[in-house]
Amino acid sequence: MQYSVNEKGYYGNFGGAYIPEMLYPNVEELQQKYLQIIYEPSFQAEFQQLLEDYVGRPTPLFYAKRLSEKYQTNIYLKREDLCHTGAHKINNTIGQILLAKRLGKTRIIAETGAGQHGVATATVCALMGYECIVYMGAVDIERQKPNVERMRMLGAEVRPAVSGSQTLKDATNEAIRDWINNPADTHYIIGSVVGPHPYPDMVARFQSVISEEIQEQLLEKTGHSNPNYVIACVGGGSNAAGAFYHYLDQLDVKLIAVEAAGKGVNSGFSAATTYLGKPGIIHGSKTLLMQTEDGQIVEPHSISAGLDYPGIGPIHAHLFDSGRGEFFSITDEEAFKAAMMLSRTEGIIPALETAHAIAVLENISFKKDDVVVINLSGRGDKDLMTYITRKEEFMSK
Amino acid sequence: MHTQTKIANRLTTLFETKKKNLLNIYFTAGFPALEDTVTILKALEKSGVDMIEIGMPFSDPLADGPTIQQSSEVALENGMSIKKLFEQLAGIREHISVPIMLMGYLNPVMQYGVAAFCRKAAEVGVDGLILPDLPFDEFNEFYSSYFEENNLSNVFLVTPETSDKRLKQIDESASGFIYAVSTNSTTGGAKDLKQAEGYFQKLKDANLKNPLMIGFNINNKENFDFACHYASGAIIGSAFVKAIKDSNNLENDVQNFVAGLR
Repeated sequence: MQYSVNEKGYYGNFGGAYIPEMLYPNVEELQQKYLQIIYEPSFQAEFQQLLEDYVGRPTPLFYAKRLSEKYQTNIYLKREDLCHTGAHKINNTIGQILLAKRLGKTRIIAETGAGQHGVATATVCALMGYECIVYMGAVDIERQKPNVERMRMLGAEVRPAVSGSQTLKDATNEAIRDWINNPADTHYIIGSVVGPHPYPDMVARFQSVISEEIQEQLLEKTGHSNPNYVIACVGGGSNAAGAFYHYLDQLDVKLIAVEAAGKGVNSGFSAATTYLGKPGIIHGSKTLLMQTEDGQIVEPHSISAGLDYPGIGPIHAHLFDSGRGEFFSITDEEAFKAAMMLSRTEGIIPALETAHAIAVLENISFKKDDVVVINLSGRGDKDLMTYITRKEEFMSK
Repeated sequence: MHTQTKIANRLTTLFETKKKNLLNIYFTAGFPALEDTVTILKALEKSGVDMIEIGMPFSDPLADGPTIQQSSEVALENGMSIKKLFEQLAGIREHISVPIMLMGYLNPVMQYGVAAFCRKAAEVGVDGLILPDLPFDEFNEFYSSYFEENNLSNVFLVTPETSDKRLKQIDESASGFIYAVSTNSTTGGAKDLKQAEGYFQKLKDANLKNPLMIGFNINNKENFDFACHYASGAIIGSAFVKAIKDSNNLENDVQNFVAGLR
């Protein structure tokens, strides 16, 4: 079984490029050139240098002693929360801005939900002196104000997406429409392993530095590069793709993907795509998708804006379909409680997205000598208002 | 159902008999009100349009600008679906003789089932489909037989950025006509058509086997005439949707809109 992308841009039955002709020349150019460009020595040198000096890589692999005692196993946290801008998102935006430069593009567009990818994009555009426009759902602009201000401070223009439900999927629609209208000078930096081929593979490759480092760090710390488990949360799935990447073919490593159940998978307010979705097409990719019987895309719900997406990257749809990945879903409440628990157990306040991955520790029985790596994809500063305002609701239960 | 295939495709017949100034009007099914679909079809036929493109609303219409996005949203709120549309179109050929095309995004069609969709479309008297996000290779590999069996034309889009080589490939696979997107834009844009003159001329000189229809950014008689200079005709969508958006008298407003273009 092949878990990485094939030459046509598919992961098993999922992936491809379902795009209108208006996007074809740009997407085809990327398909033709992305591998060649990103493996050029000069690209790799610049990329690695920026990851080291600007992002702060390698990020630590931290043995969480008190957490390990609590769950009677050996838990390591991959500290992507310590990346510049506070999450793994910047690994990808650094890669894509360098790619945009080599493609001769002068204008950058991006979509964002919680604002983490928007901030990471605005950051690299400031670093490289690029014009940057970030599309963000009008609803998300209201609920993620600090990140909106960060993007503006970094010189980006934040454009509200006012169509549909005014959240991440609509921001993505607006970014794609912008690209249709500005095909010549613009590169679209997608923030997750979604979109038409080659985006899912390209973003996964830029994020694969995470599992590359885990392998080396684990070997050094334990004498083995393979853990028993790698655990990551999945919205579109870029941090999970990065944490799984070098383990895809290592079948002794269990890959655990954690989706957002929202208020419960059957509550009508959920983002558990593998549970609720059927194969369909969203944002140019064939994947699992939450939709009505008539094929209209359904609005998801999660307390965490970064997991609030009705689809899932095609790589994850394939991991689910093939059984290579094991998928769990975690409710808003469980995630919230896990965030509180991690804060007090290890002194690390995680992002709400990441808290879903922590919460799954409750649902798996580990052996005492198991080695468990959790990708700590982002820090919780951006979620502080939610942690403050909803504490009573969740913690009194 | 093999008698279906013996009926000449109305699109093909149209292009054989009329070569110039063909007017194709797009509207969104189920908009402004759910049951307006047939009323609009009849009014368009009466007003003398040459063909009609019915938009099947989708929650996430990537290639559309605000006007068609909003009409789609309203239509879905009104309860429009592919099933509902086929119910509305049943028996339509007793009233409508001009070619009818269905335009929409692939996902709802996939959920209906592409084979079943093609059969049902042919059964109610549809002549062609426009599915902008259906990849060309996938159509050739998996779906072209369904179109052929049901005598449906498959209309592909080309844009100013489409390479000459790809234009030829698209022309080979397409039937009915080639839909030339006038400028790099979503629907309902207001870009200056004159800037596309070189591209239009190139298409005109390309000796395509399919007739050419130009769409996007065409919103008045001047633009329509300009496009018709280079193609068999032109397609108007957003401007029409805007014109009927708040209509109290669809028949009158459709008549007036079309008269303004002739």
